[in-house]
Amino acid sequence: MTALPEKTEKKLGLVIDLDTCVGCHACVVNCKEWNTSNYGTPLSDMDAYGAAPEGTFLNRVHSYEVTPQSGCAQTVHFPKSCLHCDDAPCVTVCPTGASYKRSEDGIVLVNETDCMGCGLCAWACPYGARELDQLAGIMKKCTLCVDRIYNENIPEEDREPACVRTCPAGARHFGDFADPDSKVSRLVAERDGMDLMPEMGTAPVNKYLPPRKKDVLVGETKQLDAKSEEPKGFLAWLDKALEAI
Amino acid sequence: MSQGTKIAARPSPKVSDEIRKTTCYMCACRCGINVHLQDGKVKYIEGNRDHPVNKGVLCAKGSAGIMQHYSPARLKAPMKRVGPRGSGEFEEISWDEAYDIAVGWMGPLRDKTPEKLAFFTGRDQSQSFTSLWAQAYGTPNYAAHGGFCSVNMAAAGIYTMGGAFWEFGQPDWDRAKLFMIFGVAEDHDSNPIKAGIGRLKANGGKVIGVNPIRSGYNAVADEWIGITPGTDGLFIMAIMHELLRAGKVDLEYLCRYTNAGFLVSADEGADDFGLFLRDAEGKAQVVDRANGGLAAYDAKGVTANLAASYSQDGKTYRTAFQLLAETYLDARYSPDAVAETCGLTAAKIRAVAAELARVAFEEEITIDQPWTDWKGEKHDKMIGRPVAFHAMRGISAHSNGFQTCRALHLLQILLGSVEVPGGFRFKPPYPKPPEAHPKPHACDKPGQPLPGPHLGYPMGPEDLLIDDDGNPKRIDKAFSWENPFSVHGLMHMVISNAHAGDPYKIDTLFLYMANMAWNSSMNTSEVMRMLTDQNDNGDYVIPHIIYSDAYSSEMVAYADLILPDTTYLERHDCISLLDRPICEADAAADAIRWPVVEPDRNVKGFQSALCDLGARLGLPGWVNEDGSQKYADYADYITTHERRPGVGPLAGWRNEDGSGEGRGAPNPDQLDKYIENGGFWMGHVPEEALYYKPWNAAYQDWAVGIGLFDAPQPYVFNLYLEPARKMQRAAEGIGDSQPPENMRERIKAAFTPLPEWYQPFEDAAVDHDEYPLHALTQRPMHMYHSWGSQNAWLRQITNVNRLYIPGKVWDEKGFEEGDWAYVTSVHGKIKVPVARMDALNGDTVWTWNAIGKKRGAWALSEDAPEATQGFLLNHLIHELLPDKGDGLRWANSDPVTGQAAWFDLRVNIEKAPAGGPSEPAHPAAKSQVGQGPAHVAYGEDF
Repeated sequence: MTALPEKTEKKLGLVIDLDTCVGCHACVVNCKEWNTSNYGTPLSDMDAYGAAPEGTFLNRVHSYEVTPQSGCAQTVHFPKSCLHCDDAPCVTVCPTGASYKRSEDGIVLVNETDCMGCGLCAWACPYGARELDQLAGIMKKCTLCVDRIYNENIPEEDREPACVRTCPAGARHFGDFADPDSKVSRLVAERDGMDLMPEMGTAPVNKYLPPRKKDVLVGETKQLDAKSEEPKGFLAWLDKALEAI
Repeated sequence: MSQGTKIAARPSPKVSDEIRKTTCYMCACRCGINVHLQDGKVKYIEGNRDHPVNKGVLCAKGSAGIMQHYSPARLKAPMKRVGPRGSGEFEEISWDEAYDIAVGWMGPLRDKTPEKLAFFTGRDQSQSFTSLWAQAYGTPNYAAHGGFCSVNMAAAGIYTMGGAFWEFGQPDWDRAKLFMIFGVAEDHDSNPIKAGIGRLKANGGKVIGVNPIRSGYNAVADEWIGITPGTDGLFIMAIMHELLRAGKVDLEYLCRYTNAGFLVSADEGADDFGLFLRDAEGKAQVVDRANGGLAAYDAKGVTANLAASYSQDGKTYRTAFQLLAETYLDARYSPDAVAETCGLTAAKIRAVAAELARVAFEEEITIDQPWTDWKGEKHDKMIGRPVAFHAMRGISAHSNGFQTCRALHLLQILLGSVEVPGGFRFKPPYPKPPEAHPKPHACDKPGQPLPGPHLGYPMGPEDLLIDDDGNPKRIDKAFSWENPFSVHGLMHMVISNAHAGDPYKIDTLFLYMANMAWNSSMNTSEVMRMLTDQNDNGDYVIPHIIYSDAYSSEMVAYADLILPDTTYLERHDCISLLDRPICEADAAADAIRWPVVEPDRNVKGFQSALCDLGARLGLPGWVNEDGSQKYADYADYITTHERRPGVGPLAGWRNEDGSGEGRGAPNPDQLDKYIENGGFWMGHVPEEALYYKPWNAAYQDWAVGIGLFDAPQPYVFNLYLEPARKMQRAAEGIGDSQPPENMRERIKAAFTPLPEWYQPFEDAAVDHDEYPLHALTQRPMHMYHSWGSQNAWLRQITNVNRLYIPGKVWDEKGFEEGDWAYVTSVHGKIKVPVARMDALNGDTVWTWNAIGKKRGAWALSEDAPEATQGFLLNHLIHELLPDKGDGLRWANSDPVTGQAAWFDLRVNIEKAPAGGPSEPAHPAAKSQVGQGPAHVAYGEDF
């Protein structure tokens, strides 16, 4: 079993804006291409051109339909990756110590040397955020692009996770939740950011901004006051209106 | 780092050996990309932060470029067919042999029957180049894919206001407060719209989505209008009805910047009925508010009186605006009259109109930026109406699409929200009115180049491409009475017409990058038959087919000769101001692609192959005086070709010292300059010229300076479209050029000079009890037509397309999860997997476009889900309308532009026996490239 740090200096994580995410999968694929060629074993694709293609992704977008009590049904796009929980059950369940949470920044990682691919951590994660790579037999998960965010070989403005840098809609934000003045902390405060499944007691670091209330902008009661009902009335109005220009 | 390395506290690994910056081609959006190379291989592709289109972001398609570049479906060498057409049996040949075969077919045609070569390019981003080649050859039969894409939007935009959406213009994202988006094909301005919606929302702006399907942009819209397909025009006209009733229109804007004040002959019996009153110089006349007298509309100091009437020679003239108001104030366009047809409530339509008016007029923006208009009048500020619109394929791909798109532009203009802060803004080289575009051209003399470009904007019957008997000159019948304003041609009719010999037979069909044997054709199964059909002699009805593609697409098996293209990372391209550039509203911009990796196969960029072919055919302009090849390759053309003196394919770094912007002598180092700058050039519009571009003297002067045009071309917007009225007059029997009798009524109805709504043709032709549902496709955000679903990463996101069925229909029919259904249209029947969806118009079913693949194509296994469970709706959509019994073949297209009416489809659904495969299940052709590897672990080398 592996211990969690009592406290981390920083709490790095993501804010994902469900009001803006259009479900385009940009974050999914850019994550895949960065992470398959950088830290750790590649993210393999089994039967890549065959009948049942199935590969390893560290981030996926799910789409749900929500039908409110009254009003139109809605579509919600829901990106999901490791939430880097403060009480990460995937860490405490790890029999080899391969899974760990860093005390300096709170990132949950897998030391691939020590991972034996038992899959216990994936079972323990209530979010389904870990994937066992079928070709390598090694557990893969979001690293918060740890090999980007401190990387002095890339421009400073790019030192953020690949999913955040690539998101076309600007629906993903990266920062330190331990700093109440950080952009991510402010967004959570302003937009009622929420935990995913708080009842699981995992204390996730990543937060979601809920969709704003839909279908209330226009309603069915507003209407314009008529200036004219008949074409002739319109001309009279027009004459007058032109004089006012 | 490889497996086993412990992660350092602050890891700082080297990312790559080198970054090469080029332009994406994973869809039509043309974002800038940074391609990271390590050991000569592509390691990572990210968005280029400096690039005007994407500003650093990159979508799923762009991020999957590695899998496209290294796709096992890539063709390897030129090939000639050795088995029957459709079998997929080919033999690799040399480029010399391929050229010899091609020249052997095309060469002899040129002198006597150049029209027997039909050269059509699909998702071509080099149309100014390919069209020049076709002009030099002298065939009238050239176009790209616009006719089956969104030509209604483009044509309506140019005719109405000198530009449409996407490549023509964009919302003023930073200032707009309300954004209304109608159905779109997602690759049309893909990343900019996502980024724009994000910015707008961050600024507190709101989004109204109008789409039968609540996915993508509509999922994040604050308000969703789940309209019934084909009724958008009616909805828009009802909004105009409300705005006019309430006087919520920008009268000053209409007076100054539109033809609202033009006097129109208003007595039905008059010889000039429906035309503008013009002076001796041909200038349209208005009544001057100052003195009540006639004046030219563009005379200095004149303000048109929109309320005026005028009598001359016993004839009455009224302003275009009065005719407009009468049209849309009519009860037939009231919310109550249209609501049921639109699938909406009248109250909702009224409320939308009220919200548009509120934001436009109560949230007015003022910028303290002085500017001077085309008449020399000075203005001390810019006034904005912060309502922006966007629309594309959804409203376009209907047989009433042209008028629907026109109606949307009228709505924008009535609100005064075009080319103003917060509204819709043109991107250079637009605005460009129809008069500034070329006219269409066909061949005058066989064996000679065409006298001008194939495609253009007819201004009346005199500009049609018909012979003395009124027959079409073009194989696709573009610019004929059937589709007079078909400004992008009708690629979807080429194979069908060539097979039918209507209007004539052809010899060689030359296609580039268009999957016409699959997802790019209507009536796919029948098109495959036409391509393989033989006459009594055993010869193919279409004798020769040459095809260029980079991949083993479905179309490859149906060609006789294959010219293998490169991937997008291996080629030169220019995204040119002569063509479809990458400009922003604030800047002119163009871009290049260059070989950031060299091909490892015997392939060649198609445009370079055309340089070779042009020389071997001896085409004027493609050989030097001594007969030698003029352009060594496409890169040579890009740097040395001049379209007009000093104006070439690329605007940046002209002149030998690189000093020229827009104008200047060719610079042999130009491509290097582009590469140094990240693959693009950008020239900023001056502050004073940022808005009111059609009427802004500073903009017009700037545009002339950089060579967009050679003299200022200010103009006013066409609320009333006189060229349409001219077509109507011909149909009424006026003039020398007369349509065939059987087309008169249709032309009269379709060419109303003010948009009217009519029922889509298939909708009107079929029994609604028998076919109660509308059927649509949407393009997934992570796929670009058939390219996407061969991609090892993207196909894991979607490899099966189900037909989505609204909840009520689902329950009525007793469907359950995992079921299959038969879907029938008046043309055919398919079997497909189904799924329930409630966020959907209740009379509409839909599916994702272009997931379905033919067995054996694209290097996928024959049991790939794309083939066994994926499907095309195309099998149900005919290229022709149901037979009218008149012996004629009527295209299932918009009667104005020839736009393929994909979205007019009506269907019925019934439960089918459980399980696949989807039907029709076409047998596999032999793969030219084998099948892809079992497993991929990309990145293991790094």
